[in-house]
Amino acid sequence: MRYLRRTWPFHLMILPALALLIVFNYIPMGGIVMAFQDYKPWLHISGSEWIGLDNFRALFEREDSLQVIWNTFLISVFKIVFNLLTPFAFAILLNEVRARFLGRTIQTLVYLPHFLSWVILGGILVEFLSSDGGFVNRVLHELFGIKPIFFLGDGNWFRFTVVVSEVWKEFGYGTIVFLAALANINPSLYEAAEMDGASRWRQTLHITIPSLVPMAIVVGTLSLGNILNAGFDQIFNLYNSLVMDKGDIIDTFVYRTAINDGQFGFATAVGLFKSVISMVLIVISYRLAYKLANYRVF
Amino acid sequence: MYHKTLPYRIFNIVNTCFLLAVALMCVIPLIHVLAVSFSAKSAADGNLVGLWPVDFSTVAYEKTIDNPVFLHSLWVAVKRTVIGTAGILVVACLAAYPLSKENAQFRGRSVYAWVFVFTMIFNGGLVPFYIVIQSLHLIDSFWVLVLPGLVNVWLIILLMNFFRGVPKELEEAALIDGAGHLGILARVYLPVSLPALATLGLFAMVWHWNSWFDGLLYLSNKQDYPLATYLQTVIVSRDMSSMSFSKQEFDLLSQKTINAAQIFIGALPVLIVYPFLQKFFVKGLVMGSVKE
Repeated sequence: MRYLRRTWPFHLMILPALALLIVFNYIPMGGIVMAFQDYKPWLHISGSEWIGLDNFRALFEREDSLQVIWNTFLISVFKIVFNLLTPFAFAILLNEVRARFLGRTIQTLVYLPHFLSWVILGGILVEFLSSDGGFVNRVLHELFGIKPIFFLGDGNWFRFTVVVSEVWKEFGYGTIVFLAALANINPSLYEAAEMDGASRWRQTLHITIPSLVPMAIVVGTLSLGNILNAGFDQIFNLYNSLVMDKGDIIDTFVYRTAINDGQFGFATAVGLFKSVISMVLIVISYRLAYKLANYRVF
Repeated sequence: MYHKTLPYRIFNIVNTCFLLAVALMCVIPLIHVLAVSFSAKSAADGNLVGLWPVDFSTVAYEKTIDNPVFLHSLWVAVKRTVIGTAGILVVACLAAYPLSKENAQFRGRSVYAWVFVFTMIFNGGLVPFYIVIQSLHLIDSFWVLVLPGLVNVWLIILLMNFFRGVPKELEEAALIDGAGHLGILARVYLPVSLPALATLGLFAMVWHWNSWFDGLLYLSNKQDYPLATYLQTVIVSRDMSSMSFSKQEFDLLSQKTINAAQIFIGALPVLIVYPFLQKFFVKGLVMGSVKE
């Protein structure tokens, strides 16, 4: 009683957020029972037929869903690797720019694409990368005489374009944590190295890079949770029927099987498969990040 | 002193030029789309436009501004952004304050924290969520764009971490003066958290402005789309049913320049708040994520 008298304002203040979470997050979690049903909208969850694990069996037997899982894995692994390495290298190079104004300008420009949505960027890139006189193909033709490349119309090029454009959009934002880590390096380390006559290259090799490794481990392990997350917004706004076999990913597949084909139970099963694996990976990666680099979120 | 050696100086110049080139590549597509939007039909359709308008023309913008569907979606986007951002901030302040307390002061805090965080790592998926929205009668309602996004756990964690840095003495003094917790939040915490709130507000604004999928999924009437969803259907999915041309206009107008103009108007609010955002977000990000 005493406890409640002292803390009721706290409970009351949390209530709005809690109520919204229950309605929009926890109640939908109950809906995952549909993954074990042959769900029909007019029968609702209570009246639809229970079919056990048939939807999951289909997931591992259907050729299209296996292909989609493979596409997702492939695209996201490349994204994770380059979204780690590019900011790492870029931050080190940016740290060497002595002119403050130039450094600031570069930062301002590279952070920008992160804040634009894939609808805007998709609209821009479809035109920009067009094989029919798009800007990039025109430049490549004029400079190197290259024939038009089907960046968004050929499966392999599509995968390449998706990874490159993702890195293009996000690498700048990714440098922020590395720049923060660079600013935390004790200057006396460099002063001592200077005394010993170490060149800047040796200083980078033996001071800068080792100081960034803990942050790289954190960023790298935390991104493991994204291994089945190849980027719905991006793929949805860039793909087309020509690249469906190599560019379709789990999230777009779930959307299409549910919304276009009406296979609600199957779509839910595919989504659940992804959510469960992602959750396990996230939990493991946070434990790893804590063990390896003593990182905690809260 | 490595700064003064010749090899380092050469490296520095080459490096700076290289980074500037990379930085330019980050904005070249935007510059290109801006150039196309201000070019004449023949130049745009003939793929002659690079990074500067060819045969300068504002006709694409005039046509866009005349399109009632576009204007209405712009209005819906403004409405959802303003209402949604305000709502997110209110809910976040109320939730972050108790969560920022020590376990000793607020037992039950860690249970709440896990209830919040769990929603970040697991969700019911597309179809169950749709069914819940449907049974709440939110389909085709404006509020479907606002209500599901009101609790942003990520922003709540950032704000919680910020609140933890507020000196305890301020709170204790106010408690002794007989203030309630709501009063303490409003008169002690919020005034010192204005920079953090500004950061979170800008993030929420950009998030709302950019959100397009909810509109596509839950609104069946194209007239009700927010701008981002409108752009998605018109430009990406190339659904032209909401654009109307007369024959004369068709000779003067190019779909390319109109698309470019619409894209640029869609990106403009983000470009406008971006300098303010940048001023705050580096600090905000570090405050939330890089804790020793």
